[in-house]
Amino acid sequence: MVQKKINFKNKILKYFPLILLYFSVLNEFDIDVSNMGLLSFNLPFIIIFYWSLKDPDQIGNGLIFFSGILNDVTLGYPIGVSSFIYLTIIAFASYLRNITLRPSIFKDALVFLIAILFANSANSLILSFVFSIEIHFFEIITNITFTFLLYFLFARMFNYLKIMGT
Amino acid sequence: MASGRDDFIIAIRSAFLKKSNKQQFSLLALIVFSIVLIFLSNLNFVGIKYIKVGVNEATYRLSAIISYPEKKINETFSFLSEYLNVYNENQNLKNIIDKLNSEKLNYIFLENENKRLKEIVGEESNITKGIVSRVLIDKDGKFLKSIILNKGSKNGIKLGMVVLEKNYLVGQIIEVNYTTSRAILISDLNSNIPVVIEPGSYQSILNGSGKDFGVIKYSKDKLNLDENAIVYTSGSGGNFRSGLPIGIINNEKGNLTVEFFSDLSQLSYVKIQSLEATED
Repeated sequence: MVQKKINFKNKILKYFPLILLYFSVLNEFDIDVSNMGLLSFNLPFIIIFYWSLKDPDQIGNGLIFFSGILNDVTLGYPIGVSSFIYLTIIAFASYLRNITLRPSIFKDALVFLIAILFANSANSLILSFVFSIEIHFFEIITNITFTFLLYFLFARMFNYLKIMGT
Repeated sequence: MASGRDDFIIAIRSAFLKKSNKQQFSLLALIVFSIVLIFLSNLNFVGIKYIKVGVNEATYRLSAIISYPEKKINETFSFLSEYLNVYNENQNLKNIIDKLNSEKLNYIFLENENKRLKEIVGEESNITKGIVSRVLIDKDGKFLKSIILNKGSKNGIKLGMVVLEKNYLVGQIIEVNYTTSRAILISDLNSNIPVVIEPGSYQSILNGSGKDFGVIKYSKDKLNLDENAIVYTSGSGGNFRSGLPIGIINNEKGNLTVEFFSDLSQLSYVKIQSLEATED
């Protein structure tokens, strides 16, 4: 009975990042939005970057690609845009993982900032130049700022979760 | 120097090509696949359209279920805040009702007169009663302001139909699936509606601002509008019937801004209408 409980807890902990990612792309509260006034941040970016950096086997690239497809459908973007953006975030995380000998939250956050700046720029360029969708740059800048600042908080939470799972 | 460049290349190659035991796809393969998808989406490839409709059907329903708790919490907060203001609002509403009752008689006369005049000039509009639809998801995205409705082609929804709330214009259908559809809201940055501003009958274009108000643009002359002037659809371009009320001029938020009559963040039920105005 106790063993069963432990197994269940481990499974929940194992799949938590994946569940959270899919929940955030499907939920309209997906925190990728600005319906909370100024506080608008992109939780999928944080989840994808953190777990691709610290434990890439936790969420597979294919599942992240598929979550991008779902995000496009939910938000009404052209198919493939979010998947591409999410994959660029993974690329930054993978590169950082390969060159890092001594991990540090500040280095991670710095690369994360570069990654989200690149991802949002690519997203804006694709939407405005390829699909002629007009965009609101101020909202994107606000979103980037809060996503960057909240990375520290979520990284701590995910660190704790990772320790619990091992 | 050469060693540093080699390390960089190795790290990049490893990031894009190497996959661990549990990974099914390499990053590079997926990036290439997503770029192909983007190009096919841009070319409106038929296969992509069918995939999108299929994924839309499943995702919209799933998203509506997942969003349900959050939606209920928002509704509860909204209800509570309205409840606290109920007494003051009641007094205001009483005053407004008195005023409206006195104006109503005048409007009935004008409406009948307008109908008679339209008959004389030979213009008749074929306005369907409309299909009432529930808002499944009101996704307030960074780039698109749109809502997902629970009626689709099965119920006779077609592209371009207008979406109304209490007879106020709130959007237009831009995507139709079998049982669901998506409407772009008038607040979206990509929304451009030909409007007429009364009093004065100024013809102009109303642009969405990406926020909860619109902006009057592209007017021929420099407009000198009264505060509280009403903005209606003009019917130019044939996308909308003329005379649909949209909002009121409110310069508090900026020059020539329009405050919408409907609260676009609180839409629950809407009416979808096909408007085929015919003119002899």
